[in-house]
Amino acid sequence: MTKAGIRGLHGPRGTGSTARGAGRALVAVYAILALAATGRSVVQILDRFAEAPVAYSLSALAAVVYIVATIALVARGRTWIRVAWAAIVFELAGVLIIGTLSTFAPDLLGIDDPSPFGRQATVWSFYGAGYGLVPLLLPVLGLIWLRRRSRTNAADASAVDPTDATSGRPA
Amino acid sequence: MILGFTIAQSAVAGIAGLLCVILALAKRKPNDATFLALGLVEVLLIAQVVVALIAPAVGNPATGNLIEFWGYLITAIIIPPLAAFWALAEPTRWGTLVLGIAALAIAVMVYRMYQIWTVQLA
Repeated sequence: MTKAGIRGLHGPRGTGSTARGAGRALVAVYAILALAATGRSVVQILDRFAEAPVAYSLSALAAVVYIVATIALVARGRTWIRVAWAAIVFELAGVLIIGTLSTFAPDLLGIDDPSPFGRQATVWSFYGAGYGLVPLLLPVLGLIWLRRRSRTNAADASAVDPTDATSGRPA
Repeated sequence: MILGFTIAQSAVAGIAGLLCVILALAKRKPNDATFLALGLVEVLLIAQVVVALIAPAVGNPATGNLIEFWGYLITAIIIPPLAAFWALAEPTRWGTLVLGIAALAIAVMVYRMYQIWTVQLA
């Protein structure tokens, strides 16, 4: 596709949805992870919340963050782009912090089962090992994608905006 | 769960996933073959629901956590239709990749379901 063709997919300036091209695959992975995290969290809370309330609460939080990230990546508009940034940064911090705690100080999370596939494992435990490290890699890809997208949107805005106040010249 | 059926199911999902990933690398857009492959994965998941409902009554009960098992199965069964819907509006290799990702996710989930069903209580 020509550059113009790709830009044309992004919608009004600064508001392009991620739901095109490679972003579509990114959203797919986010959606599947959101579903998996939500399913796991619901089961843990309904079935055995008392076993590890801290870990399971974090599990629920992770699920919510993934859902928000998925929606924010699909929705159009500058606010949603900011929400997407926030959610992805939060989830990266989450997987790094909880990954470290679960590996080196599991008692702080109330976990006594060291297995990433065990009863007490959450999406972020052991850096997402129980999910093929996808929870660790995905936010990195997400941030790279958001940066590319904001650059493309910025290029669109300065290239095609005839009402650009800074230009001072007739369109 | 039945071991033979589980292996078949995982294999079908795995092969469908790999097929879609290879086609995506070859820049092919989603076609009948890719959608049919995902459709087959879905049919097998529906069959798995039937198996899971009947199995305990015929001497094959789950030794693992049933809530966890059904959580996985219900999550799994909604993924192929969602993926197909999502890929329909993306007539490029990325749409094909979406189908591949979904199929591979199902392959993993089926394997996890089998682990949960047959967990050996220490």
